[in-house]
Amino acid sequence: MIPGQFDYVRPADMAETLRILKDREGEAKLLSGGYSLLPLIKLRLAQPALLVDLRDVAGLDGIAETDDYLRIGARATHRQIHEMPMVRDRYPLLHDVTAVIGDPQVRNWGTIGGSVAHADPASDWPAVLLATSSTIICRSQSRERAIAAREFFLDTFTTAIEPTEVLTEIRIPRRPRGAGGAYQKLERKVGDFATVGVAAVVRLGANGRIESAGIGLTGVAETPFAATDAEAILAGNAPAEELFRKAAAAAGAQSRPAGDVRGPVEYKRAMAAELTVRALRTAVERALANA
Amino acid sequence: MTTETTPRTSPEIGGMGHSVKRKEDPRFIRGAGEYIDDLVLPGMLWLDIVRSPYAHATIKGIDASEALKIPGVLAVITGADLEKAGLHWMPTLAGDKQMVLPTTTVMYQSQEVAAVVATSRYIAADGVAAVLVDYEPLPVIVDPHKALEPGAMVLRPDRAADKQTNRIWHWESGDAAKTDAALAAADVRVSEDIYIPRIHVASIETCGCIADWDAVRGQMTLHMTSQAPHAIRTVLALVSGLPEQNIRVKTHDMGGGFGGKVPVYPGYVLAVVASLTVGKPVKWIEDRSENLQADSFARDYHIHAELGATKAGKITSLKVKTIADHGYTDAAADPSKFPAGLFNVITGSYDFDNAFVEVDGVYTNKPPGGVAYRCSFRVTEAVHAIERMVDILAHDIGKDPAQLRMENFIQPEQFPYKTPTGWEYDSGNYGVALQKAMDMIGYDDLRKEQAAKRAKGELMGIGISSFTEIVGAGPSHDFDIIGLKMFDSCEIRVHPTGKVLARIGVQTTGQGHETTFAQIIAEELGFPVGDIKIEYGDTDTAPYGLGTYASRSTPVAGAATAMAARKIRDKARKLAAHLLEASEEDLEWEPGKFSVKGSPDRFKTIQEIAFAAYTNHPAGMEAGLEAVDYYDPPNLTFPFGSYICVVDIDKGTGQVHIRRFVAVDDCGNIINPMIVDGQIHGGLTMGLAPSLYEAITYDELGNNLAGTFMDYLVPTAVETPAWETGKTITPSPHHPLGAKGVGESATVGAPPAIANAVVDALWHLGVRNVDIPMTPQKIWAILHEKGIS
Amino acid sequence: MTTQHITVTVNGEAREADVEPRLLLVHLLRDVFGLTGTHIGCDTSNCGACTIHVDGESAKSCTMLAVQADGRSITTIEGMASGATLHPLQQAFWDQHGLQCGFCTPGMIRQAAWLLGQNADPSEAEIREGISGNLCRCTGYVNIVKSIQQAAGEMRTAAETQVGAQPVAAS
Repeated sequence: MIPGQFDYVRPADMAETLRILKDREGEAKLLSGGYSLLPLIKLRLAQPALLVDLRDVAGLDGIAETDDYLRIGARATHRQIHEMPMVRDRYPLLHDVTAVIGDPQVRNWGTIGGSVAHADPASDWPAVLLATSSTIICRSQSRERAIAAREFFLDTFTTAIEPTEVLTEIRIPRRPRGAGGAYQKLERKVGDFATVGVAAVVRLGANGRIESAGIGLTGVAETPFAATDAEAILAGNAPAEELFRKAAAAAGAQSRPAGDVRGPVEYKRAMAAELTVRALRTAVERALANA
Repeated sequence: MTTETTPRTSPEIGGMGHSVKRKEDPRFIRGAGEYIDDLVLPGMLWLDIVRSPYAHATIKGIDASEALKIPGVLAVITGADLEKAGLHWMPTLAGDKQMVLPTTTVMYQSQEVAAVVATSRYIAADGVAAVLVDYEPLPVIVDPHKALEPGAMVLRPDRAADKQTNRIWHWESGDAAKTDAALAAADVRVSEDIYIPRIHVASIETCGCIADWDAVRGQMTLHMTSQAPHAIRTVLALVSGLPEQNIRVKTHDMGGGFGGKVPVYPGYVLAVVASLTVGKPVKWIEDRSENLQADSFARDYHIHAELGATKAGKITSLKVKTIADHGYTDAAADPSKFPAGLFNVITGSYDFDNAFVEVDGVYTNKPPGGVAYRCSFRVTEAVHAIERMVDILAHDIGKDPAQLRMENFIQPEQFPYKTPTGWEYDSGNYGVALQKAMDMIGYDDLRKEQAAKRAKGELMGIGISSFTEIVGAGPSHDFDIIGLKMFDSCEIRVHPTGKVLARIGVQTTGQGHETTFAQIIAEELGFPVGDIKIEYGDTDTAPYGLGTYASRSTPVAGAATAMAARKIRDKARKLAAHLLEASEEDLEWEPGKFSVKGSPDRFKTIQEIAFAAYTNHPAGMEAGLEAVDYYDPPNLTFPFGSYICVVDIDKGTGQVHIRRFVAVDDCGNIINPMIVDGQIHGGLTMGLAPSLYEAITYDELGNNLAGTFMDYLVPTAVETPAWETGKTITPSPHHPLGAKGVGESATVGAPPAIANAVVDALWHLGVRNVDIPMTPQKIWAILHEKGIS
Repeated sequence: MTTQHITVTVNGEAREADVEPRLLLVHLLRDVFGLTGTHIGCDTSNCGACTIHVDGESAKSCTMLAVQADGRSITTIEGMASGATLHPLQQAFWDQHGLQCGFCTPGMIRQAAWLLGQNADPSEAEIREGISGNLCRCTGYVNIVKSIQQAAGEMRTAAETQVGAQPVAAS
């Protein structure tokens, strides 16, 4: 498979990048790790006129906690995130995800920003960002803006990013005491896109009840989405298998899967529910351990 | 019966039974192998192929004008161009005909439509993207059952008037009347529909070639990925009219074959035509999508089987009716007399008298083929069916599947054993192999564990497969491909310094021929294995052979190698007698030397004898020490084994987890135990693959739904269990080394063990069969229907 | 057709080329630099036959552009042995029959080298996961796992015994 022709630039900094995006609006495509974009270009399913390589642009890396959130630079690779001791110890949900994206080589080069901006309807990160109600920061020449994850994923391969914007960082709310999360992925074989992926977070109150819950699903709609009906069922109730099943049924019902090689609609809905239960179980265990 | 071969030679000589490290590996581990795409010839051009997006369509027109405007695009070849030279059709191995390029109609998605010749790989691809083809879609038949319905659209109107149907042929084996009577009289009858889906060998290296026409010398050199280079040379001579001595087919290192590199694909022919046209070397390398979407498939058998037995579970009869989906043309790579391959070996490892098998080959709008996927001519389909049926019988009458097999096995003293469909099994000891597998895995304890788990509602299954393979085609009275008898060959030359060059008619695609064939010569002549060089794959130098597939290298060419070595030993005896001034009868052979009986200090080494063959041969004897042998095997060889698989099923998701898998194989005497184990590991993994993961499926429009490695699910190291292997050794009585084939046994034996384990886990729910691949969605649907999930 | 000038260090040697932006890194190595040990097995970054190291990280060179490698350092299978001395992984793949057709082998060995650089003493499960981006159709992975275990053991021993000396590099 041979790509069609395109131009390539490697701007030195953010200002130059934003200028190019403005000048070549609609023609330019940002290149980060390349593991999502290049296969499409090789299959000639994507034919951008210009690739803008973010490699030299400073300020897009780094993983650190602020008082309010975990900041992950857009160019952080899945592996860099996976290997941060702080992520492993304090954000097991993220550690779940970074273990199952693609394969080791993909994780070495693929970046969180690239993956989120690409918005494959079966990719893993969006489920996490939805479940955690994270924020996505984008910059253009004129402004920087924060977009709620729940308003970011608009349609298949379509997000709220403007063609003149660069996704610069992801802000995941700090994990409070009593909170836990988990990611469950069903795949046909290792390295596959998710048949269904479910990220769940719960926050337990002092009374042991679920104060709030977040559930993000991937693979079971035209775009990843938050299972809001399930979240509502969970909130205010004591964690229990029966409750998980009820919430999971709601998550399955809210799914809008397409029947395809990964399975028929009925199966995918059922798997959305099954994986929701499993993710909730682990999330609650982790929340209890974090009390 | 033994379990290991005790070597007769020292480790320094490295004959049979030694795990000699492979002689070919130093180049591969350094990245210094030479595969087809590594080869660059001066002035070489590139060929890339325009392919149809439709499974069935009329070609209204091809507009190459934009492509030809691209700098570096030199030519666009269409079916109309080939038609002028009569090259738009080519014969298939099965006696049908296949389009090289279509002139009017495309018959499957990704069929070749035009070829672009350009100065680089990238420009050729740009040319392909710029060729505009005007298609008018036609109705599509993907289901062979629909193809056989009365009034169905006839897909091949070019056939004779009495063949205006989609049925290609009808083939029968066995005695129908006797079998019907036995079935009618049987106490117990079980019947089942079993579908074995279309799969693809997917060797990690795809296919490719460089055709290099030298107009001045009138010489065509075809560098290519082929498992049978000599047969290709002869076919090319017959089709092109080029004199055969001026055609040289040369293979290089090959990244796997598994049957997929047996056929002649249109891409090869197009490269030849392009090189003849432009007078320069032309390279064609297919990409993975082309490989998966257009190269020959394997399997695609819709089987209905009925098994009859006594109340006690003694099998009496088997009747099988099969629909074989061959795609748009019958390009199956089977011996001429066997349109359904050796499928009638379906009576398996069991002793009963009545069997009848019938198969109908059918056309559909799919790619042609019918290659092996690492098995001998449809034996995988046969073994899957009989092993599934035997398991269903056992469950139906409430007998342990191991016990039922033990009671029905052909017994050791019955060999050579004539099957009701006409095969003569050479040797076997089935009960011992099964018992060994049961002991290795702890069968009785597993059954207890299963009962306990089932009481708790957990799904655990144990599956057995006791298969008999049929490999090493084959005896010339029955076996030919396009008329070429299926002998094979070896030529050995011993140089004056006692070093050996041997050339064989078969072709390695990773099996390790450079090592194992050297070991055969080391065994027979006592030269150290390091002093023996094995060559193959160059039709200018290697003796004529039919190539490597169907596990025939060791059974046929291995035998030829032993026989050629023995011819050399016969001459060496005469030379030794001359050197030792003794009579031939007074000489004794041990690997590496002749000595005078009773005087062990009077001897000549094989190296001394070799030197004498060129420096001191007796009057009246020809100089030199070389021999060639073309071996016509008296029979096939019948390797066998018993496999046991243990699975746990996730009730929530339908995922099947293989907990353990024990494989006990018997391939007769073993040349290199390390390599045999490696072959079994690989074969098991290619048995696992279609059992749980791989299938080429189509939607109703004929779109291939598994056209890349994103959806054609080749197992990784994570899906693949840690295989456990064991051996028994029952030599072949007719093979000069007592050896049988082994490369494919595990691919044949593994799927029914896995399927039987899955069905065993679900039987109590009323499940009698699950067709492979047993995907989570399929298992979940069953569990859901039964109210479990 | 515009080209761009790139400089890449390949197996320790600085190489330059003028390339089209669309040229895949694997084609730069194979077709431009003649390093044909790195193979191509699929179009979709599933098979890993093209695995190399770029700045020390394993990468699939069919899913990277040559221009992306500008200014970077690449190690391929050809850069592993030092003269007649094989890298412990190469030796182990030979010793343990960790290859058959040899086509996936260079990528498999490169990925294994990366893995051992990350984890000097991986479990069998970690090895299997670590090579899950590399397909082998011949070996069933059993002997590949054994090969990596052998090399890991030898590399650990070499690192322990060569106190103060140069440890065996992972790449």
